[in-house]
Amino acid sequence: MKPGEQLKFRDPVRAKALTTRLEELVKEIGRDPISVMHVCGSHEQAIARFGLRTAFPLKLDVVMGPGCPVCITDVPEVDEAVALALQGVRVCTYGDMVRVPGTVKSLADVRGDGANIEVVYGIDQAVELARKSTEEIVFFATGFETTAVATAAALLNDPPKNFSVLSAHKYIPPVMEIVTEMPGSRIEGFLAAGHAAIITGSGVFEAFVNTHKVPVVVAGFEPLDILAALVKLVELVRDQKPEVVNMFPRCVTHEGNKVAQEQLWKVFTPTGGRWRGIAHVPNGNLRLREEWAAFDTRKRFNIDVSRLWDYAPPKLLGQCICGEIMSGSKSPKHCALFGKECLPENPVGACMVSSEGTCRIWHQYGGHLDLRGIS
Amino acid sequence: MKPIPGLVKHNQRIAMRHGGGGRAMRTLIEEVFMRGADDIPVDGVGLSAMDDGAAIRIGDQYLIVTTDSHVIHPLFFPGGDIGMLSIAGTVNDLSMMGATQLLGLTCGVILEEGLERDILERVQASMQATCREVGVPILTGDTKVMGKGEIDSLVINTTGVALTKRIVRDNGLQVGDRIIVTGTVGDHGLAVMALRNKLELEGDLRSDVAPLFDLVQKVLAAGGDSVVAMKDPTRGGVASALHEMAGKAGVGILISEQAVPVSEAARAAGELLGIDPLHVANEGKALIGVRPEAADRVLAALKAHPLGRNAAIIGTAIAEPKGKLVLDTGFGKRLLAEPEGEPLPRIC
Repeated sequence: MKPGEQLKFRDPVRAKALTTRLEELVKEIGRDPISVMHVCGSHEQAIARFGLRTAFPLKLDVVMGPGCPVCITDVPEVDEAVALALQGVRVCTYGDMVRVPGTVKSLADVRGDGANIEVVYGIDQAVELARKSTEEIVFFATGFETTAVATAAALLNDPPKNFSVLSAHKYIPPVMEIVTEMPGSRIEGFLAAGHAAIITGSGVFEAFVNTHKVPVVVAGFEPLDILAALVKLVELVRDQKPEVVNMFPRCVTHEGNKVAQEQLWKVFTPTGGRWRGIAHVPNGNLRLREEWAAFDTRKRFNIDVSRLWDYAPPKLLGQCICGEIMSGSKSPKHCALFGKECLPENPVGACMVSSEGTCRIWHQYGGHLDLRGIS
Repeated sequence: MKPIPGLVKHNQRIAMRHGGGGRAMRTLIEEVFMRGADDIPVDGVGLSAMDDGAAIRIGDQYLIVTTDSHVIHPLFFPGGDIGMLSIAGTVNDLSMMGATQLLGLTCGVILEEGLERDILERVQASMQATCREVGVPILTGDTKVMGKGEIDSLVINTTGVALTKRIVRDNGLQVGDRIIVTGTVGDHGLAVMALRNKLELEGDLRSDVAPLFDLVQKVLAAGGDSVVAMKDPTRGGVASALHEMAGKAGVGILISEQAVPVSEAARAAGELLGIDPLHVANEGKALIGVRPEAADRVLAALKAHPLGRNAAIIGTAIAEPKGKLVLDTGFGKRLLAEPEGEPLPRIC
């Protein structure tokens, strides 16, 4: 590739044709605004990274929903990991999780106090640590279907006895129902995350579409993937056709990856639980099945979170609107703290911590200035 | 920055990001080192300018002084080593100030107890070779040893002095000026990161470390007074350097992402690591602000030089938004933010 030349799915000329088509569709529908939601940090990354919002029609609102696995990990779940670390257990987790605030402390805070926290790129590194050691190793497991499958595979691969999993894994399809049913929800369609759909298959969304009569389009992550999926989604909105359409067929099938699904459900069972700042989501949490009790941190240890509550939580937390941002009813531009008191080096809410959080992404790509007029 | 109740603790200790070349580092310098500093030489450039070096007026010339400490890990990397880096880094800072005659360098080394003598000799040979290439001598030096574990193997500080009749600052941009980059961006930082992360990439990802004195002489000869601003995009990369240039000049900069030269290997490593080459350190590149009428002339002079073959005009200074960088991606526009600090590993 020559300098400046772009990948196949990054062709500005084709992109222009798609944004023109979007503009025509929105005009045809002739009312405003049309609101669609995506539920994936990687989609927001791509939209922000390529400046796509300045190319979307003004009357098309593309909002990010609860698609950041770090952000929706609930406060009590972070507290469990923090309490364990304070009890002297070695806790391994993904880099982004370390700075997520719990009720009063993050894992980074207690690391400063001497707790043993390891940042790992994946669960295999944590298993490897456990194999080389005799001490208890806990993997604080977060993320959606994609990382949950990796956790399941590791547990099925005969991990050592001193290894256990503190699962905060979440499952996306149920939260789409919650967001759609929220009072005042204006969401008319969803972009579904292509990488999760590789595992679940596009068919997983059919029940949701049948019940809620809201279209779902499975989308990839290159600029042309996203624009083409949006064109399809807005067409479905225009035609009032609640359907599932797979616009990422080079990776996603209707059935998905059967082996991965089998492994996932062999290890995990869906239960209800809170998503940070959003709501209780029936079947939204993935917990280890009874058969895996020996590797379930919650069954292995007495986790005493009450000892964390001797401190007062930071005052600014009361002004944080991460919950409303994640449910798509507000955006960072409505937040009084965004870019001022709340910065990546000093995050108040979880959305500013993770590289998949709406606030962090908006901040990384320059905030919310309107750049349409600049030439 | 005002202390924030309940969040103060994060600011009380030095973190890696305070050395990252971005906003955190600048804030630290402003809050600690510039407190009460009374340094501005008459008709010169001092600490408060936070430029690439200082300038002191002597008769009809300026004496340019700059200093730089080098702490890279690993000491040897594809394309270079700490010895070459310690000479090129300081020579480049002098060059960015408009130096036309290099006078000499100093060299202070701090060694870790137990360091193999062979390593030190290889580093010294590399320093000497780079000095010869540029035609600048090391005039004086200092050697210290610290206990094992008290320092990581080897730290080199070099200070450089040079002369010029016309200083080129980093704050000279006006609306309409063109921004030229002298070659591909991100190679140094990504080569080192790929090495640390043991990414075994196909292709040739090498540091671009190189002394730019000769290249800058060609630029100054071709552009003369139309060369109005220069800066080398080291830590924090092009994004950080252009933010400083825009902020100090009170302009914005519109950058065409498609025009920015990035080597295939750097692009691949950046995609894999989730890191934008515009946010990554370079050690052999310069950003040059020129008046629009001289842009093609300067570009031609750059392209005729072996270190400037991939030079390109990548942007234009604009009136608004002041102090900010607007990136035209080819798909839309967004702001190009300043890097905050060390990038975290990706979660999925």
